[in-house]
Amino acid sequence: MHGTRILDEADRLMTVCNSCRYCEGLCAVFPAMEMRRAFSDGDLNYLANLCHSCGACYVDCQFSPPHEFNVNVPKTLAVARAESYAAYAWPRALSGAFARNGLVISITAALSMAAFILGFAALNDRSVLFGVHTGPGAFYKLMPHNAMAALFGAAFLYAILALVMSVRAFWRDIGPPIGGRADRGSILQAIRDAGELRYLDGGGVGCYNEDDKPTDRRKLYHHLTFYGFLFCFAATSVATLYHYLLGREAPYPWWDLPVVLGTLGGIGLIVGPIGLFAAKMRRDPALLDEFSYGMDVGFIAMLFLTGLTGMLLLVLRETAAMGPLLALHLGAVFALFITMPYGKFVHGIYRFAALVRYAQERRTAA
Amino acid sequence: MSRKYDVLVIGGGNAALCAAISARRGGASVLVLEGAPKFYRGGNTRHTRNMRCAHDAATEILTGPYTEEEFWEDLLRVTGGQTDEMLARHMIRESKDILNWIVEQGVRWQPSLGGTLSLGRTNSFFLGGGRAMLNALYLTAERLGVAVEYDAEVTDLVIEHGMFLAARLKRPIKGETDIRATALVAAAGGFEANIEWLKQYWGEAADNFLIRGTPYNRGSILKMLFDSGVQQVGDPTQCHAVAIDARAPKFDGGIITRHDSVVFGIVVNKHARRFYDEGEDIWPKRYAIWGRLVAAQPDQIAYIIFDSTVVTSFMPTLFPPIAGQTIAELAGKLELDPAALEKTITEFNAAVRPGTFDHTILDDCVTVGITPPKSHWARRIETPPFLAYPVRPGITFTYLGTRVNKEARMLMKDGKPSANMFAAGEIMAGNVLGKGYAAGMGMTIGSVFGRIAGREAAKHARN
Repeated sequence: MHGTRILDEADRLMTVCNSCRYCEGLCAVFPAMEMRRAFSDGDLNYLANLCHSCGACYVDCQFSPPHEFNVNVPKTLAVARAESYAAYAWPRALSGAFARNGLVISITAALSMAAFILGFAALNDRSVLFGVHTGPGAFYKLMPHNAMAALFGAAFLYAILALVMSVRAFWRDIGPPIGGRADRGSILQAIRDAGELRYLDGGGVGCYNEDDKPTDRRKLYHHLTFYGFLFCFAATSVATLYHYLLGREAPYPWWDLPVVLGTLGGIGLIVGPIGLFAAKMRRDPALLDEFSYGMDVGFIAMLFLTGLTGMLLLVLRETAAMGPLLALHLGAVFALFITMPYGKFVHGIYRFAALVRYAQERRTAA
Repeated sequence: MSRKYDVLVIGGGNAALCAAISARRGGASVLVLEGAPKFYRGGNTRHTRNMRCAHDAATEILTGPYTEEEFWEDLLRVTGGQTDEMLARHMIRESKDILNWIVEQGVRWQPSLGGTLSLGRTNSFFLGGGRAMLNALYLTAERLGVAVEYDAEVTDLVIEHGMFLAARLKRPIKGETDIRATALVAAAGGFEANIEWLKQYWGEAADNFLIRGTPYNRGSILKMLFDSGVQQVGDPTQCHAVAIDARAPKFDGGIITRHDSVVFGIVVNKHARRFYDEGEDIWPKRYAIWGRLVAAQPDQIAYIIFDSTVVTSFMPTLFPPIAGQTIAELAGKLELDPAALEKTITEFNAAVRPGTFDHTILDDCVTVGITPPKSHWARRIETPPFLAYPVRPGITFTYLGTRVNKEARMLMKDGKPSANMFAAGEIMAGNVLGKGYAAGMGMTIGSVFGRIAGREAAKHARN
């Protein structure tokens, strides 16, 4: 018996699957399962986070519902995965944030954006807030750069701390005996596997989402979203270097590196989340973890909002709308940062850790 | 007037889909009538995992060559010579090209699964298993324009002088209950799910059989064909049967109810007595005899008994072993006579001679002085907990079928070939399999004869 009902079910399924093994060529979950004959909570959380939800094992399974064995691995592991985020959350007191995550994210985002608008309005008079500002330093007429850097730096560092503490707990639960470290080769392998979403491909034929045909395009939309996010992050990092090393202040001209990176990233962060959201709306209910609907959509919405407000800011930065848009964009980014450890963002971190563990296991077994 | 198809395929498994695709590629219009609902489509193909095909060299997924001659010798051994040599050799020859042809139909191969390394040279495994294979065939068939109807149970065949005219449906399709076609491919499986029919040959014992696959293979098409003058082939009691867990569901338990632990212990009947040499030969070669052996025991039940030292020697099982700290406690849980089980195990342990255990070869761990002997892998059963799996006969598919020629054309009782009726798959497996079984043969028969039947049916329809 395990700590939760969903882990009991995951254990039942892994026992069924381990005596069948037809799916071992589809992804990493089943080969990892075959290395075990019994499953601890940590093992099941590891397998749950290794699963990319491609849906192939459900479509290929002769025992999926309505069969009496009722084998639904993607859905069971999706629920277990979501519960694992709460189980490893740091600090423990905030693990409840996962329970009604959509609401938590929406409120945080709304409060954060409102705070920036009100803050801007309180600190600046109307003519500044709705004024037209151009040239270097235009943004900092509304909020001094040092204040901006301090606020976002603090939010970012907190997010990093909370994520590190959470994934440490996860790693200890799934990993080798305490003190075991990930080797370089396994980490590089995991970077490759995560970077190309190697296991989001239905074993080579493509993924399943709305029906039994491998026509799903979540991989493409995920790439747009993920690399869009990375490009935006790179844009911010380059701009920070410009500011402190070269003394060059934002906004930058359209052809400059931070703006080019930010524009590409922003397009990814608009198109990707729309595609992912549309795919979620179409998903076969049999595969969908409906309990995590709010968390999934909340995260998609936050990325979309970040991309959208950023792009609007770029287009309208020389108009009177710049002030309010800057407040909205900063509000969205701030909310994205502080909710990172308590929302769907963590899936990437946990899955990466699971991929490292898997690469390690494969090396040990070879 | 309803539309008349060139080729009507009755059945929805591997053989049926290979026939439908090959007929469609041959230029025919094709309708597939699958009697089961969509989820249960494909009969026993859903539960399969590999196919045995001859090949002259190792491939990406096969570890070495498996020549036509070796395949033939294996078939000869498992059937004890009860096979149609001309048809069997034809099938084996054709199986070589199936390895490529089936990939062209969208099916993907993978190396043998974990725990099945002994089949890595001879058998090609489907990536994702039999249902994945089936899904690929259906996608290809539909893409080519093959019409498919589910829940399409056929209640009657209109056949005159060996000539198929129409099939009658239980539930009308687009207002029609009669489907006419120029040629028929019957690929509707055996009759193993029809317990009443099994009882005609097995008596009440058949009530204790478990059916490993689809509950839809009731042999109704087979019976209609026999009633219309098609020649029978095969012994009606012969089938592919293995020992499966007695706790499995009556139907459709599939692969996960099997046990491959026989060679690691002993097998006793309800009187706690051994009845066959558990170590006769390498396991995959003897896997398929245990269904019939158990069927011949009183109440069709037996128990694989082993001890805790061998638990990790075989694949994990769906149903956990039943355990006892003593032989007597285990016997109690199995409702066997404790004294009888203790006596059997004591005698067995005393007969075990020291040797070097190696389950991958015919090792020298033997018993001396007991009947039946255990001629390999014999080790004492002495380390508690003592463990057991109860097993019953698990019927995979029956061999009684329609006689066919090399064109997969059915032969009538007078020996003449039917004008327009073809058969493929389990419904004609008895032509090749008189008895016995070797892993992956059912799918070879299905794909090879399905492809031939479709091609010949299309050729007939075009002329």
